[in-house]
Formats: sequence, structure tokens, C-alpha cells
Amino acid sequence: MTELATPTVRVSTRPAESRRDIGIKRRYAAERRFRAYGISAIVLGLFFLAVLLSTVIKNGYTAFQQTTITLPIEFSEKVIDPKNERATDPKQLMTANYPLLVRDALVKQLGLDATKRPLVKQATDMVSASARTQLRDIVVADPSVIGKTIPVTLLAEANIDSAFKGQIDLSVDESKRKVKDRQVAWMNQLADAGVLKKSFNTGIFSFGASSRPEAAGVGVALVGSLYMMLIVLVLSLPIGVAASIYLEEFAPKNRLTDLIEVNINNLAAVPSIVYGLLGLAVFVNFAGMPRSAALVGGFVLTLMTLPTIIIATRAALKAVPPSIRSAALGLGASKMQTIFHHVLPLAMPGILTGTIIGLAHALGETAPLLLIGMVAFVVDYPGSPMEPSTALPVQIYMWANEAERAFVERTSGAIIILLIFLVFMNLGAILLRRRFERRW
Amino acid sequence: MMSEAAVEKALDLKMNTVPYKMIGKDVSVYYGEKRALFDVNLNIRENTVTALIGPSGCGKSTFLRTLNRMNDTIENCRVSGRITLDEDDIYDPSIDVVELRARVGMVFQKPNPFPKSIYENVVYGPRIHGLARTKAEFDEIVETSLQKAGLFNEVKDRLHEPGTGLSGGQQQRLCIARAVAVSPEVILMDEPCSALDPIATAKVEELIHELRANFTIVIVTHSMQQAARVSQRTAMFHLGNLVEENDTDKMFTNPDDQRTQDYIMGRFG
Amino acid sequence: MSTSLLLLIIVLIGFIAYFAGRARSFAQSGGKLANLHSLPGYHGSYVAIWAMLPAALVLAAWLIASPLYIDSSVRASLPDSVRSQGEATTQLALGQVKSVAAGLVRLNADEIAALENGSANLRETLAAKGVALAGEGEPYMIKAAQQFNAMRTYSRWLMSAVVLLVAVAGGIYAIRNITTRFRARNQVERVMLASLIVASSIAILTTIGIVASMLSEAGRFFSMVSPVEFFFGTVWDPRFAAAGSSGESGQFGLLPLLGGTLYIAFVAMLFAVPIGLFAAIYMAEYANPRLRSTAKPLLEVLAGIPTIVYGFFALVTVGPFLRDISTQLNGLITGNYQNFIQAQSVLTAGIVMGIMLIPFVSSLSDDIITQVPRALRDGSLGLGATRSETVKRVILPAALPGIVGALLLTASRAVGETMIVVLAAGVAARMQLTPFEPMTTVTVKIVHQLTGDLEFTSPQTLVAFALGITLFVITLCLNIYALYIVRKYREQYE
Repeated sequence: MTELATPTVRVSTRPAESRRDIGIKRRYAAERRFRAYGISAIVLGLFFLAVLLSTVIKNGYTAFQQTTITLPIEFSEKVIDPKNERATDPKQLMTANYPLLVRDALVKQLGLDATKRPLVKQATDMVSASARTQLRDIVVADPSVIGKTIPVTLLAEANIDSAFKGQIDLSVDESKRKVKDRQVAWMNQLADAGVLKKSFNTGIFSFGASSRPEAAGVGVALVGSLYMMLIVLVLSLPIGVAASIYLEEFAPKNRLTDLIEVNINNLAAVPSIVYGLLGLAVFVNFAGMPRSAALVGGFVLTLMTLPTIIIATRAALKAVPPSIRSAALGLGASKMQTIFHHVLPLAMPGILTGTIIGLAHALGETAPLLLIGMVAFVVDYPGSPMEPSTALPVQIYMWANEAERAFVERTSGAIIILLIFLVFMNLGAILLRRRFERRW
Repeated sequence: MMSEAAVEKALDLKMNTVPYKMIGKDVSVYYGEKRALFDVNLNIRENTVTALIGPSGCGKSTFLRTLNRMNDTIENCRVSGRITLDEDDIYDPSIDVVELRARVGMVFQKPNPFPKSIYENVVYGPRIHGLARTKAEFDEIVETSLQKAGLFNEVKDRLHEPGTGLSGGQQQRLCIARAVAVSPEVILMDEPCSALDPIATAKVEELIHELRANFTIVIVTHSMQQAARVSQRTAMFHLGNLVEENDTDKMFTNPDDQRTQDYIMGRFG
Repeated sequence: MSTSLLLLIIVLIGFIAYFAGRARSFAQSGGKLANLHSLPGYHGSYVAIWAMLPAALVLAAWLIASPLYIDSSVRASLPDSVRSQGEATTQLALGQVKSVAAGLVRLNADEIAALENGSANLRETLAAKGVALAGEGEPYMIKAAQQFNAMRTYSRWLMSAVVLLVAVAGGIYAIRNITTRFRARNQVERVMLASLIVASSIAILTTIGIVASMLSEAGRFFSMVSPVEFFFGTVWDPRFAAAGSSGESGQFGLLPLLGGTLYIAFVAMLFAVPIGLFAAIYMAEYANPRLRSTAKPLLEVLAGIPTIVYGFFALVTVGPFLRDISTQLNGLITGNYQNFIQAQSVLTAGIVMGIMLIPFVSSLSDDIITQVPRALRDGSLGLGATRSETVKRVILPAALPGIVGALLLTASRAVGETMIVVLAAGVAARMQLTPFEPMTTVTVKIVHQLTGDLEFTSPQTLVAFALGITLFVITLCLNIYALYIVRKYREQYE
């Protein structure tokens, strides 16, 4: 090239006026500060998450273990049915003095003097009072056990359970704690004999409400929550999808649809407790449905979940490109056929993701359920959605109000169960999105 | 006295003696695995308008953005080679990118005034760089910058109205004024007229012509007529390579490279 | 015939109708489907709809109307002596009659005869069958109950007959309509469209339901307690009147509750906004994709945790922690080891609620900030601004309206939050400035007034609806305004 031949190639020198002070140092200090604020905000947020989860796990993982005492129980006829009336009066078996069986077995096991009342009382206090119903159920189910001696695994009383898990500070003065020194000695004696031991706690999954922590579980609440989730799924998915299809594909753009749009967005942000008031006034008071029933809870949660599902579905429908619609319409399909044959299947992953997230919210929702009377002490499994039941988060609320240490453990355990359900639901939603996500 | 045209002619003839403001040596740019520029050697002369032309995707905008390190803002973008401004290597760790951009300003394809008043748009640069202290100083900067951008008379009565309320051409001239207000040494322009109508384009081109006296200008354009109208030097890019760099007059009449010839004749691109 | 059995039969008829319609259209086409306007499936659906839909509607109408009719005629047949004692007594007697009626079904003929001639006690006989009766039971009740049962049985049979008739008639009518050129598809699609419209009207119905139910219950409350006393009262002290006594009903001043609600929400926002906003800015402007794709979902986990869990966290961890730390602080400074922060306090509830709100603020603001066009960022960076200068001087001002909208939405959530405050804020309704003592909120009191046994006649229960409508109106205003701003903001950059 020509210019290479010329010897005049020069580099400009930096003009003096460009060496101006533009405060680089100060500005970079501000930059670093700003960045530090941002990082610390994120770290703080994650720190809170970590503290929250670790508190729950630290308090709760022991709830999945339960101390039990296995005793050879002699189902003595003298105690259960001294007058031999059980053939004529079945009530006899219901009201028999079962705790006495436990006492006798324990006295024998520990080698105590049965006449020393206070001593024996302290010993029997180590076994949960639920032993009575447990033994009764055994006898009622099979009266032939009377007269035999069978090893039965009984729940340890909550304080003994805590002590055995090492959660009670034994250095505190004896009068200030619920577990006495003598009980601790017995506990160790029983543990050495292999009678008292920790095992996986199936009870927390199967028991219903109880005022005794060791016999309380989320079984009934799980059934109630299951009923409600089924109702929410069965009602909110079709209604939500139908509503979204109308609003997104058919509705004329006028003030009415604008109003519905604003309405739905607002409903998604209405406090959940307001839905509880609605359920109480409309379903319970006006329509006369039973209080505390999973059916009403399901309806209320459905209304609460609908806006979420509608918003997610509309977004999914909107994401399907118009070319798909034109293609189907161009082949002579009706609008309804186009939507149900082409648009809806393509939008399905998005719809399902939204639905799962909506369900997860509904599963953790507590406030509206309190108002429709699901704060109930329900011992038996509800046989149908019309029967009184409770729900997992409500059970957590009720336990959180109990003062005992052992209930803190149970509450945390129940929270862990709830969180595990939520994690699985959200993982499902994420997987669904990953698997079927389509970029147009 | 020589006529104005004669002065320009003389200036153009002396082009080869004009010193280099920026020197690019073996400049390559990678976006992740993909290589976008291949060992480009291109020098920018002082107080000259250099036009970068070529078909879309040829790397002309990428090269422009390496000159004030705007590529830094793109994820996983890597630059190799050496670019100097005066004697300073602008990719040297000791060089500060903020200081560099204060010396090498940029005007973008789409007018992007900040959603603030016209006045605030112009003083934005001087204010962050601390170039002025008093209200009077700022007022003066606004007036001279807008005058340099040929916009002052159109907007002097509404300096405190939002810059987004101006027409497209006015917005672009406001952006130029905003860049000028920092008094950079080099102004980079990335297809500054592509979003404008012909009348607004003519005004901006005229402005570029006038700015040449005080600034070194590098302009990316897809319009060959524009390159011919506003620039003294032209560089032609193709597929990430610099094909040819030459005086604009020569480039458009008698290019050295066959590909330049084809592009200018409209055979591809 | 029970309702569910009837429904099952209707569905069965629908199935038959579907196949009949299909078969008929197929027969009409002469084996060439192209002759038909609509596919046989649509003809089948058309017939099935005609068979099921009118029958189902008749069934629903009957189920709603017949109890009303039967109640009113049984009520009319009650002795004058009962009816003259006023509405409440009549209602009570009607309730007893229904219990008796439910019991009578379980008795055999002999026992009923014994009851009729008075030789057996009504209450005891029924109790033996497991039906508890609230009162002693009057002789007239047996007659009324028998009438009730008879009417119910008759109504059921009549309903079954009518519904089945309608189903069959509908199916036959539709089948007769089928010809090759019949536009079955359009008909079916019209029904589908109608059901889509019905589904989307549920959203409106919910709002109407919320407003109407709360207004009517709140209206009953305001007939007992004057609105002025409610909205401007400064004392909250609703006494639960002892059973039987109709003493004073207490005071229902909204202001202490509203004060507590706003105070706690304010503390929560004070805590959540800086953290959430800075996190959002860092995430949107600084974080590399790796950090962003891990930190953002992790922060959003906070939003997915049910609020009851936060409440428990406040109760078990944060409350005691604040209490203990205040004890230590007080001891270090004054030597007096006495806590000045209560475990349940405005601060506890505010902080925990703030933690819950962090992800709301951060993800809403993140969305808003990333919508600011890239051109503005480049413009600022191209002039030599640092990133933080760009954020502070260009991006935040541009995003401000959107961020304000996002914060209002968050505030609405804070005001309506229930479980955290129920467990962490306390129940004492008072007005105070110190955040270290417990205060209570509107939502807490709604829960309190409505748990336990309810009577829908006492102001203590009904006040919850007055509180509810207040809460609804506050959040509605916040939401609508916020949604409006955010929408305007989005449109600006679209």
C-alpha cells in the first residue's frame, strides 16, 4: 500500500488536556462499596435461609426417632376381667385397668418394691399414657391373649424420650427438671438391658392428634391435606385452563375483559385470610357445609389457587406462536379444534408447572383453614372429605402453640415433612420445565 | 486564499502525513469459542473520519467496540492483540476502562437518551467525571455541547424537558452532544443514522463533518454513500477480516481488492 | 334414589346417547364420512349434551328448591302455639323435627306405633338408635316429622322420574335432529364456549362473593356497633359475654389493630427493601450467570417456604434470640440484666416478615431492572461511567416507577400476612411507639375472633368480617395501584 512507502508515519502524542483528573480513585472506592452492599445483601438473604432451615432441621430431625420400651406384658385375667364378664359385657374389655399391666411388668423388670407407691408412680410415669389404648386395642382385637405374656413395645414418655436423646441438661438441679435422677438411672438400666432403645419413629406419620407429644403424629393431617390437594387439583386445573382459554383466545378486547384481567391479577394478591372469611361466610354459613371438613378447605384453596393457575396458563398460551394457530386454521380446523388439538398440548408443560406451583402454595397455606374450623383436635382418620379433618400446616400451627420441649421437636419434624413434600413438588415443576421447555 | 474545497483537497492529500491516533495490531475477538475477528491491523488517524464498512456480521461493529472496550460488558468476550491510544496500550492492566471511555466516547445505533431532561442528559458525563463544579460551568458545557451538535437552537427553550420527547434525529444529535460534553479525543459511532430518516441523516452527517476539526471519529456504516460522503479513510471488513484500508476516494473509485470492488458494486452484502 | 346414583344414571344415558348419535350420523352418511358436515364424534357429543345437560340442570334446580319448599310447608303445619313464639323458636322446632325425622327412619313399625300412642318416650327411643335430640320432644313433632319424611320421599321419587324423563327426552330430540348436513360441530362448540365463559366468570364471582359476603356480615355487625365507634375507636376490648347474660359487648376500636398492622409491615419493609433491592441490583447488574443461576433460585426458596414455618421460626428462634440479646445489652450498658425486647414483639414479627419479603422484593425488582433497555446501560458505560454510577444515575431512576409498584405489592403482602404475626406479634391490642413490645394486627384478631365455637349473631364473631373488609379494601387499593404502575412501566419499554 502506498502509505507504507511514506516515511511520515507518526503516532500522535497524548494531548496535555486529556490528562485531567476524573476522580478515578474515589469513584472506584464507591464502586467497590456498592458492590459490597450487593454481595452482602445476597449473603444476608442466603444466611437467613440457612439459619431458618438449620433451626428446623436441628430441632426436628430427632422427631424421626422415638424411644420405646419393650416389656413382657402379662395380660392377667385378674386385672383385665376379674369377674369373667367379657362374654356378656364387651364394655369390660374397654374399661379394664390396663395401666396396671404396665406397672406390674415394669416393677418386675426393674425389680422394685410394689408397695412403695411414690417409687412405682415415678417408674410408671416413664411409659407413655398411650399404653392404655395400645394394650386395649391388642386385647379387643384378640381376646385370646388374656392369660398370656407377650412382649409389647410401648412408647416412652416424652420427657424420658428427650432425656434419652440427650436433649435435657441433667446438670440442672433435680427439682427444676421434669426427669428425676432416679428415672435417669432406671432409663440407663433399661437401656443397658436392651429394653429401652431408640428406633425409627413411624408414629409421627401415622398417629392423629394427641395431647401427649410421644403419641402425636401428622397421620390425620396428611390425609386431610391429601383430600384437599385432590379437590384443588380436580377443580382448579380444568376451571383454570378453561377460563384462560376463553380469556386468551376468545374474549373480545373490551372493558369487561379488562375488568376480569385486573380482577384476576388482584385476586392473586388478595391476602389468603380473606379467602378464609369467604369460605366461612359462603360455604359454611350460607350453603350449610360442615365446618372442619376437607371439602370446604378444598373449595377455599381452589378459589385461592385459581388466579395463580390462570396467570400461568395464559402465559403458556401466549408463548405458543401465532404461526401454529394460522397453520391449523388454514387447514380448515375450527378455532376450537385449533386450540384443543394444537395450542393446548403445546402449552401443557407450562400449564402443569404453574399448577404444581399453585398446589405447593395451597399445601402450605394455613390462615384460611383456621377460619373454616380446621383447627380441630382430630384423633381418627377422616373417611371422606365431609368428615372433620385437619391439615399439615394447621397441625404445625397447633403444635407450635404447645409449650413442651417435645412438641417443639414434633413441630419441627412436621415442618420437615411439609418441606420435603414442597421440595418434591417444586423439583417436579423444575424437571417438567427443563424437560419440555421449548424456545420458539 | 484557497477555496474551502481546495483546503479540503489539500487536507486529503496530506492524509498520509496525519499521525495515528489509535493503532490496532493483530486484533482478534472471540465470543466464547467463536472467533469474530481475525488478526486485524487497522490504524486510526487523528482528526480524521474513518468509516468501517462491510456486509452485516463482518466484524466492523465488533472492532469498533474494542476501541473503547465496550466488549468488556459482553459475557465471555475475549480480545487478543494490541490496541494503543496515543502511546498507551488500552488493554494494559494499568489502563482504567473508565478513564479510557472518557477519552474515547461512543454514540450508538439507536438513539438512547436517558429518561431525563435534555440538560441532565448532556451534563451526565461531565458530572460523573467531575469536569465542572458550578452551575455556570455546567450551563456553559450544555450550551457549547449542544451547539457543537447543532441542536442548541432547536432545544434552547426546553432544556428541562425530557430528552425522550425529541424526534429521532434530534435524539441522536442529543446523544452526540452528550458524548461531546465529556470532551473525548475519539468518538466512536455505531451506525448512528440507521434509525433515522433521510433529512435527519443529512443533519447528522453534516455534524460529523464539523466535529472532525476537534475529534477523531470512527464510524461504522452499512451505507456506502454515507461512507463516501463523510469519511476520509475507509476500511472494508469481510467475515472477520480486514480486507482493505485506503483513502475513501481511492476506495470508491479504484479499490485494490476484488472483494471491495464487488461489495461496492453491490454484488454481495 | 340417591343423588349420586341418579347422576351415575344420567352419565350412563349420556354414554348411550353418544354412541347412538354417532351410529345414527354414520348410518345417515351412507358410509361416506365426507357426506357429513361434522364428524360422527361431534354428532355423538351433541346428542350426549342434550341428554345430560338439561337433566343435570333440572336436578340441580330441584336439589336447591325442594328443601326450601318442604321446609316452608312443614313450618306451616307446625302448631300455632309454636309459630306464635317468633322466628327463633320456630326455627328451633323445625330443627328438632328434622332430627326426629332422621330418627324415625331407623325405627320399625312397632316402635313408631308405640311412639304415636304415647306409650314410649320419644327422646329415649331415638337415643337408643343413636339419634340425639336436643329437647324433650313434643307429640306434634312426630306428626310433623312423618309429614317431612313423606314429602321428602315423594320429592325424591318425583325428582328421579322427572330428571330421567328429561334425559331421555333430550337424547331423543337430539337424535331426531341428526341429518348429514346438520352442523353438530358448531352446536357442540357453542356449548364448549359457553362452559369456557362460565369458568372465566368464576374469577368475577369470587370477587363478588368476597365483597358481598363480607359486606352483608359486616353490615350486621354495624347494626350492632356503630361504624364511627369501629373505625375511630382507640380501644379494642371485645368481651365474650358469659353464657346467658346479655351484658355489654365490649369495645371494637379498629385503630390499635390498624396501627399494629402498619407498624409491623413498616418494620418488615424497612428490613426487606434494602436487602432485597441490593440483592436484585447485584443479581441483575453484576452477577455472572453461574452465581445468578444458583443464588437467585436459592433466594426464591425463601418465598416458597410456607408462612407458618416463618411463624414457628419467629416463635422458637428469633423471639428468644432478641430477648436474650437485649438482656445482655442492657446488662452491659446499665448493669441491670433485664430484657427490654419481648420475645413476642413488633420487632420479632417485623424482622421475620422482612426475611419472608426479601425474595418478593428481589425477584420483582430484578424483573423490573432487567427490563431497562440495554441501550441505556451502554450509553452510560460508553460515556465512561462506572457500573455503580450507571445503576444509581441511569438505571434506578429509569426503573423507579416499576420498583415503586413492586414495593407496593410487597407492602400489600405484608399487611395481609397472617401466620407470622399470629405466632410472633402478640395479642395485646395497644397503640405504642416502641417496637420492643408486642402489638397486634387486623389479621391476628380475625383469626382470634373466628376460632373456637362461633355464633353468627354476636358482634364478637361478626366483627371479624368488618376487619376482613377493611383489610380487603386496603390491599385492594395497594394492589390495583401497584399493578397499574407496573403495567404502565412495562408498556413503556415494550
